[in-house]
Amino acid sequence: MNFTRTIKTALRALRRNVMRAVLTTLGIMIGVGAVIAMTEIGQGSSAMIQKSIASMGANNLLVFPGTAASGGVSFGAGSTLTLTPQDCEAIVTDCPALKAAAPIVRARSQLVYGSRNWVPNTISGTTPEFFEVRDWTSMAEGELFTQRDVRNGSKVCVIGQTIVKNLFPDESPIGKEIRVRNVAFKVIGVLRSKGANTFGQDQDDIIVAPWTSIKSRVSSQSLQNANQSAAASSSGGTEINSLSDLYPTKAVQLYPAQSAIQAADSPMPVRFTNIDQIIAAADSAEQMQSAIKQITSLLRDRHRLRPGEPDDFTIRDMADISRAQSEMTNTMTTLLLCVALISLVVGGVGIMNIMLVSVTERTREIGLRMAVGARGRDILWQFLVEALVLCLIGGGVGIMLGSISSLLVTKFLGWSTQSSPLAILVAVLVSAGVGLIFGFYPAWKASRLDPIEALRYE
Amino acid sequence: MTFIELNNIYKTYFLGEIEVPVLKGVSLQVDRGEMVALMGVSGSGKSTLMNILGCLDRPTSGEYWLDGENVTHLSANQRAVVRNTKIGFVFQSFNLLARTTAVENVMMPLSYGSVSDREARKRAVELLDRVGLGDRSHHHPSQLSGGQQQRVAVARALINHPPLLFADEPTGNLDSRTSEEVLGMFQQLNEKEGITIILVTHDAGVAQHARRTIRIHDGVIADGAHAADAVAQPVGGAA
Repeated sequence: MNFTRTIKTALRALRRNVMRAVLTTLGIMIGVGAVIAMTEIGQGSSAMIQKSIASMGANNLLVFPGTAASGGVSFGAGSTLTLTPQDCEAIVTDCPALKAAAPIVRARSQLVYGSRNWVPNTISGTTPEFFEVRDWTSMAEGELFTQRDVRNGSKVCVIGQTIVKNLFPDESPIGKEIRVRNVAFKVIGVLRSKGANTFGQDQDDIIVAPWTSIKSRVSSQSLQNANQSAAASSSGGTEINSLSDLYPTKAVQLYPAQSAIQAADSPMPVRFTNIDQIIAAADSAEQMQSAIKQITSLLRDRHRLRPGEPDDFTIRDMADISRAQSEMTNTMTTLLLCVALISLVVGGVGIMNIMLVSVTERTREIGLRMAVGARGRDILWQFLVEALVLCLIGGGVGIMLGSISSLLVTKFLGWSTQSSPLAILVAVLVSAGVGLIFGFYPAWKASRLDPIEALRYE
Repeated sequence: MTFIELNNIYKTYFLGEIEVPVLKGVSLQVDRGEMVALMGVSGSGKSTLMNILGCLDRPTSGEYWLDGENVTHLSANQRAVVRNTKIGFVFQSFNLLARTTAVENVMMPLSYGSVSDREARKRAVELLDRVGLGDRSHHHPSQLSGGQQQRVAVARALINHPPLLFADEPTGNLDSRTSEEVLGMFQQLNEKEGITIILVTHDAGVAQHARRTIRIHDGVIADGAHAADAVAQPVGGAA
């Protein structure tokens, strides 16, 4: 008995009792449909959650310059100037695990517009890749600056929502000029609100400009090969505070200040244009470790560090956040798998149940088929293929039901869904498997019938 | 020429500890092209004998030769092949598949052989024509009368051109007029095509259509075990 004929026989047998076939396979239909719908909706929301976790910086890596120490006194991370913009370019071109990287130059200063002023949390000089790394490319208004602006050192900037609130309470900031240390920067874009990060720091309190402009026009003190943090705190916001006479905040000079002659005698060695940090984004959470390795070996190479010499830079990752991300993904997957298994097992039990009834009900048919020459294995195949066909039809209808319901969910609830060919493949395989497993016992029972008994069965 | 030969067949059923002997040394011969009636009251071992003759069951001891082949010790699968190729069955209750057209019912045994679907359909239509149901080949059994259903069953039994046809109480569920029709059909098949037919019945009127009657009583053959005995009794068909 060949296979196509077996399938035909099975289809004929199923057609003899369409209603029962439909009811039998209903369990599989609902099961597979639920699996497909759950996977599509689940994957959509999982992707959404992953994206928002990623926008918190789960895939981000921060590269800081190394630590300066003098006479056993360490000045902390970032106190030597070892990173250059060329390092950043090399990282982008030579590290395949990275999606993007951007140099960052920091400054701290007062912003002035008209009669208002504000000291932002962060003044960042960077490249357009920064927005890609921070997953912040969508604008509330205006546009981002470009590579060309970076090359030209253009006086343009993009500002966050908090600055808009404080400097432009009732007008659009686009096209207006903000003064930063008396340099006028034209606002060309307003970033979408990102809120506070996990440490409570307001991420919208930011002004971003081409790093060349910030470097050369605003924070010239970064050029000095000195303790930046000390310099920044002493030259930062305190100067512009009009109340500074009431609350003297100027650092007490413990040592006599250098005279001009002394300074000229010991010039600060300016070696290169340095940057304060590099921010990079790995392709995905799984790529984080290899990205760290690639950056480490590349930078050691570029900085000509001999084996055994300590790194002159530090790489930080967001281990907490990325761990949360992978845990979330695992939980989602396991949850979906559980739902899928339960519903398919229930469907399979339904199939087995009805197939057993069907075998009993068709005992005489089995006896007759045996009398006219069907062997045990012919009968086994017939019932097995029937169960298989039922499950596959149920699986097919289930896939359609699932896709339709996920479409409906997208349309009426506005949830994002993601169709998954893998889920469809798995659903087909699993429903076939369920058919085989749960169809086998009834089919085996049928094949073991004695033709004489079966023919006499009433 | 001997077509069926049973030598000293015993069949004993075991119900737990108790042995129930049903056939106690049956020997008989049927020649090719004979039409034989197998008679006996219920409990005589008639059904058991028929099951053994039809290769549905195996004897406890003794030998069964069918068409020159010893089929006594064949396995279940081998017996299925013998049933498929050499034996056609007609049952009292027709045993047609419900909600399946007449032509598909007739084709059914061929699905266990190596005949192509198209060839099988062609043969089935021809056979239905021959039993006079050519115009009803796409009716379901529920749309056919008892006589018509039994004729479909006969067509199904003949689809593989078997040399041997078993009819187990073929007229038990039919009225006397259709019974005559069906029995007439058997006689024609026997005379024109030379098919060996064994009619199992407890009705003497039916048995009269056969040329020889084998009577079984209490597990042994009472009379008619050999073709030669047929001379001693009137030829049923002509009577």
